[in-house]
Amino acid sequence: MKISGASILLRSLKEEGVDTIFGYPGGAVIDIFDTLARDFSQDFKFILVRHEQAAVHAADGYARATGKPGVCLVTSGPGGTNTVTGLATAYMDSIPVLVFTGQVPTQLIGNDAFQEADIVGITRPCTKHNYLVSRTEELAKTIKEGFLIATTGRPGPVLIDLPKDVVQNKVKFDYPKTIEIPTYRPNVKAHPPSVKRAAELIRLAERPVIYAGGGVITSGAHEELFKFASTLNFPVTSTLMGLGCFPATHPLFLGMLGMHGTFRANMAIDRTDLLLAIGARFDDRVTGRVEEFAKDAKIIHIDIDPTSIQKNIVVEVPIVCDAKDGLSKLIDELKIEGRSAEADDRLKEWHSQLTAWRNQQRLRFDRTSEIIKPQFVIEKLYEMTKGQAIITTEVGQNQMWAAQYYLFDHPRTFLTSGGLGTMGYGFPAAIGAQVAFPGKTVIDIAGDGSIQMNIQELATVVQYKLPVKIAILNNGYLGMVRQWQERFYDKVYSHTDITVAPDFVKLAEAYGAVGLRATKSSEVEKVIEKALETSGPVIIDFIVDRDEGVYPMVPAGAPIKEMILV
Amino acid sequence: MENRKVISAIVENKPGVLARVAGMFSGRSFNIDSLSVAPTMNPDLSQMTIVTHGNEAVFEQIIKQLRKLINISKVQDLTRGDYVDRELVLVKVKATSVKRGEALRIVEIFRARIVDVATDNLTIEVTGSQGKIEAMLELLSSLGILEVVRTGTVAIPRGRKVSRTGDTGD
Ligand SMILES: Cc1ncc(C[n+]2csc(CCOP(=O)(O)OP(=O)(O)O)c2C)c(N)n1
Repeated sequence: MKISGASILLRSLKEEGVDTIFGYPGGAVIDIFDTLARDFSQDFKFILVRHEQAAVHAADGYARATGKPGVCLVTSGPGGTNTVTGLATAYMDSIPVLVFTGQVPTQLIGNDAFQEADIVGITRPCTKHNYLVSRTEELAKTIKEGFLIATTGRPGPVLIDLPKDVVQNKVKFDYPKTIEIPTYRPNVKAHPPSVKRAAELIRLAERPVIYAGGGVITSGAHEELFKFASTLNFPVTSTLMGLGCFPATHPLFLGMLGMHGTFRANMAIDRTDLLLAIGARFDDRVTGRVEEFAKDAKIIHIDIDPTSIQKNIVVEVPIVCDAKDGLSKLIDELKIEGRSAEADDRLKEWHSQLTAWRNQQRLRFDRTSEIIKPQFVIEKLYEMTKGQAIITTEVGQNQMWAAQYYLFDHPRTFLTSGGLGTMGYGFPAAIGAQVAFPGKTVIDIAGDGSIQMNIQELATVVQYKLPVKIAILNNGYLGMVRQWQERFYDKVYSHTDITVAPDFVKLAEAYGAVGLRATKSSEVEKVIEKALETSGPVIIDFIVDRDEGVYPMVPAGAPIKEMILV
Repeated sequence: MENRKVISAIVENKPGVLARVAGMFSGRSFNIDSLSVAPTMNPDLSQMTIVTHGNEAVFEQIIKQLRKLINISKVQDLTRGDYVDRELVLVKVKATSVKRGEALRIVEIFRARIVDVATDNLTIEVTGSQGKIEAMLELLSSLGILEVVRTGTVAIPRGRKVSRTGDTGD
């Protein structure tokens, strides 16, 4: 029996185990939406967002929270171009997202037809791969390939562009069970000789540090990491993307490293003699001045992407593989069963140094302040959710305070735009996470600037009764930019005052959500309690200290031990 | 140190592949000195020869980034071994009656050919390695070069090594 391209698309998605689609309709995809309503309404939960950028962020949040690929469906032209920021965000953070875009009919392509955009051309540099499907016969195979590419190797977004006639034409449907892409074979297995060399270095280390990144979470290697670090007694620091890959409440956890990393993590990097980088890519926000980064250390680098290795920093032992495979092989090679007295002895001095650094300089803020300190809000959120919430963030100070003060013990509970730093990410990402986990507390920690970049999604959370909580750390500024202006631009606050803003409580109410406000520290606990008790979506407007900064701070391009402290 | 590098890449013969390669170079600000593409004996695959320059670290990235592109089947650094490279160049030079003899002498020395003649100019076709081409152009410049059109380099490994089509890996 022949079926339409639209049915093929939806049946293929079912075959891939997709049950949720985020999207927005339009002329070029109207056939798909029609088929969705007529024949597939029981098969998919469809979330109608209010802006296509939010559809991609929501699919991305869904993917980060679950580990499964997120799926979007949008129309041609502006529908497609609105997904670009979402794609670039997912691409930088290696998140598996599939975006299906409508396209004008094949015979009109290139004619500047109504709502035509060369979306494959536009998104080539911000997708892992993309396709224009030119014949309905190729649709099923292309979808199969798209899922394979998005979810394997170093994952990433894939866009598939669907001309209207390709969607309308009918052909026989046969979904391939497996597929081979001869030109795409990611290397997931660690090379045994490299593992041996790494193990030799590990045995000799006196001041080791594990530097873990988002790749540990992507590959599901957190248990291996835990076993490795806890049995060897190796301290762990993590990137922003890696938070949750190792329990933050564990004594071996040093906190995040980098520009706003903890004093102790950055000092440890400066002094380490063996750095084990796993699923991390030596981003400039992590390394500071790269020549000084871990300058005394031999470096072992486990990463699935060969281009990440020797890109920013020269390493002794590169191991191209999946983090889970690499760590398991290292565990086998080192025959780690339990703690050895000999090893404990070798690391004793290092651990006392790490403790000394912690005591010398902890993360801190004024806990007696009557004016709400933003860090206080996060601490309270952590306490009152018992560390069990899924936290998303916007970008700026809010993001850094969330990373510093909420302690993440589990992978896939901290969703943040690390690579691209996309303001407007957090709220739609929270929608994706909440759709995946309806029973969990999902909180977007936001700034008053960022939240306005996708505020229209309040309608979405109200429509689908998604109880997302938005905690706005309202400082009336584009705070992070203001902080740079304060520190490095002589306090010339060029265009960072955003006190002209909506009343967020009334705004929430206007959308049919609940709005709450706290203006002094003593009110913080009460409003959080109220918000957590509320079964629907809530905005909490925390009027916080306008002038608070994020510290420690390493000025861009400085060595990471040169931290501005407060 | 900056070195000239010649890369041979076997790519799938699909729309957009050239754009992927060119976009990767420009997006990461890698240099392309020349790039040539043509079909191989296997109609599903094309052969690209890319000439670039850069230090070793940059070059390592170029090779890895090329391999990372989904439609690329095989990437080879020809400069790591022995290879033959050739370029075809068409040069239009001034050749008034006084200078014509000299032009013909240069053509002969370089085993080039004259492919078009006009009253006051000649068009010369020459193939050769980069060194030969540069040397010839330098000599011809004394006559006055009106226009140069170059194909860019194509290259092949010497001896028994082949840049097999349809292979993956390196
Ligand atoms: C889309 C986008 N535009 C601009 C920026 C640059 N930027 C980074 S942080 C920031 C300020 C964010 O302000 P706000 O959301 O109020 O958060 P705060 O820093 O005050 O917590 C800006 C403008 C960005 N990251 N993303």
